[in-house]
Amino acid sequence: MSMKIQADRLAPWAAYLLVGVGALIMLAPFYFMFVFATHSRTEIFSLPPPLFFGDDFLTNLTILTERIPFWRNLGWSLYVALASTALTLLFCSLGGYAFALFEFRFKKLLFGLVMATLLLPSFMNMIPTFMIMDVLGWIDQPRALYIPGAASAFGIFLMRQFVAASIPRDLIEAARMDGCGEIGIYTRIVLPLLKPALGTLGLITFIASWNNFIGPLIVMRSPEMYTLPLALRSLQSPVNTEWGALMAGSAIATLPLIILFILSSRQLISGLTTGAVK
Amino acid sequence: MMIPTARRISPTWAPYLFISPFLILFAVFGVFPLAFSLYLAFQTWEPTSGLAAMQYVGVDNFAFALRDEWFWKSLKNTAWLAVASGLPQHLVAIPLAYFIHSSFTRLRNGVVGAYFMPYITSTVAIAILFSSLFSTDYGLINIGLQAMCQVPVLGWFMPQDPTDWLGQPENIKPAIAIIVFWRYVGFNVVLYLAALQTIPKDIYEAATMDGASRMQQFWHITLPSLKPMIFFGVTLSVIGGLQLFEEPFILTGGRGGSDQAGMTTAIYLYRMAFDFNDFGAASAMSWLLFIVVAILTWLTNRAFRPRGPSA
Repeated sequence: MSMKIQADRLAPWAAYLLVGVGALIMLAPFYFMFVFATHSRTEIFSLPPPLFFGDDFLTNLTILTERIPFWRNLGWSLYVALASTALTLLFCSLGGYAFALFEFRFKKLLFGLVMATLLLPSFMNMIPTFMIMDVLGWIDQPRALYIPGAASAFGIFLMRQFVAASIPRDLIEAARMDGCGEIGIYTRIVLPLLKPALGTLGLITFIASWNNFIGPLIVMRSPEMYTLPLALRSLQSPVNTEWGALMAGSAIATLPLIILFILSSRQLISGLTTGAVK
Repeated sequence: MMIPTARRISPTWAPYLFISPFLILFAVFGVFPLAFSLYLAFQTWEPTSGLAAMQYVGVDNFAFALRDEWFWKSLKNTAWLAVASGLPQHLVAIPLAYFIHSSFTRLRNGVVGAYFMPYITSTVAIAILFSSLFSTDYGLINIGLQAMCQVPVLGWFMPQDPTDWLGQPENIKPAIAIIVFWRYVGFNVVLYLAALQTIPKDIYEAATMDGASRMQQFWHITLPSLKPMIFFGVTLSVIGGLQLFEEPFILTGGRGGSDQAGMTTAIYLYRMAFDFNDFGAASAMSWLLFIVVAILTWLTNRAFRPRGPSA
C-alpha cells in the first residue's frame, strides 16, 4: 500500500519532467532556426555547430536579397494573405449566416455538399485548378491565390456553428419587425456579434495563406511573383545552397506566425480544432 | 434610415443573395475542378497543345497507372509514411494529454502551446530547417545521436556511425516521418485534452476510493472514454498522411529522393502532370489515390467505432 502511495506521489514529478523535456524538444527546432539565421554557411556546417546567436544576420539578409527578390516575395505573401482573409471573412460570414438562420430551397443538400469537400484531399484539385487558371489567364496573378481561397468550406462551417450558437433567431425577427432591412440586419446586428468568430477565422485564413505552398507552386511561374515559401524553396539547390541566407529567410517567414500564435494561442488552437472537438 | 420598401430585399430572397458569392466561387473553384478532373482522367492531353487537342482514351490512363511501377512504389511509400508518422503521434499524444490533463494547471496553456506551435508554422521553413538538422556530418540530429551513444544502456539503441538521413533510400522515409510526427503530435494532444475534459471527475474519485492506482484508472476509465476521439484522430491522421506532399517534396528537392524512396503518391501525380506533362494519367492517379483514402477512412471507421447505434 505504501509503495503505491509513494508511486502516486512520484507520478506527477515524472509527468512534469517528461512533458517538460518533450516541450523543449518541440521548441528546439525553432530556436535553431533563429540561431542559424545569424550564422554563415561555413559556421552552420562546422563542428560543433553553433548553439548560440552569431552576428551574420545582416550578411545573410544581403545574400538573400541578391539571390531572390526577397522583399517583393514578402510583399506578395502579405498581400495575398490579407486579400484572402478579407474575402473569406466577408463571403463566409454572409454564407454562414444564411445557412444558420434562413430557410431556403436545397439548403440541406448544399450544406452537405460543402461539408463533404472539407474532407476532400487537397491533391484532387491540383491539376484542374492549374488548367482553370491557365484558361482564365490568371497564371502569375495573385488573384489566382486569394479568390479560390475565399471559397472556404471550413469558413462556412465555423461561421454557421457560431451564428447558430450565439445569435438568437428572435433578435433577427425583432429587428425585422422594427423595419430594419436585411442588409442592415447583417451589418448592424450579425457582424458585431460575430466578432470573436471573425477573429478566429481571420487568423486561421491568414496563417493558411501565408504558409500555402501547393497553391503558388502551381500557379506562380516567375520568381518576381513567388510568395515567400516558394521563393525560399527556389534557393535550395543540390550544390552550393546558401544555408545562412535560407535560414534567415525562413526565420523571417516564421516570426510573424510565432508572434500571432503567442498573442492568440488559445483562440487559434480552439478554432483549428473546432471541427474535431464538436 | 428607412429605405423605401420597394428597394428592400425581402427575407425570402436575402439568403440567396447572402450565399451566392460563396456558392459561385465554391462551384467554380471547388466543385467544377473535381468534375473536370474526373473527365480529364479519361482523356489524353498535353498542356502545350491547347485544350482542343484533348482526346478520349477510355480507361487507358487508369490501366497505365496500375501497370506503372513508380505509381505502386509511391503508394507503398505513402502507406509506410502514413503509418510510421501517424501511429506514433497517437501513442505519444494520448499519455501526454493524460499527463498534462492530470498534472498541469497553471502552466497548462504554455505547455500545450509549445506542443501545438509546429502545427501553425510554414511547412517549407520547417522542411528547410530540418534538411540542415539532418545533415550527415554536421547536422545536430546526428551529433545528438552520437552524444547519446556515450550514455550507458541508452547507447545500445543508438547508431554507432552518423546516419546519412537524406542520401540513403532507407533513411529518407524515417526522416520524413520524424518531421511529420513533430509537426502534428501537438494537434492530437489538443484533441485528446478536449476529450479528457468531458470525462466526469467523480468517476476517478470513485475509482480512487476503491483503491485503483493511476495506471489502472488510465487503462480502465481514460482509454475507453477516449475511444471515439481515437477513432476521429486516427481517421484524420490517415487522411492527412495519405496526402503527404510538402515535407517530402522539400526534403527531396521536389524529385522524390534517391531511388524514389521519399516519393509519395501526391508528389508523383504532381510530377506526372508538371514534369512529365501527362495530365490525363495524373488525374487518373489522383482518383485512384482518392479511392484508397476513401477505403482506408471507411476501414478505420469500422475498426474504431463502438458497436451499436449510440456512436
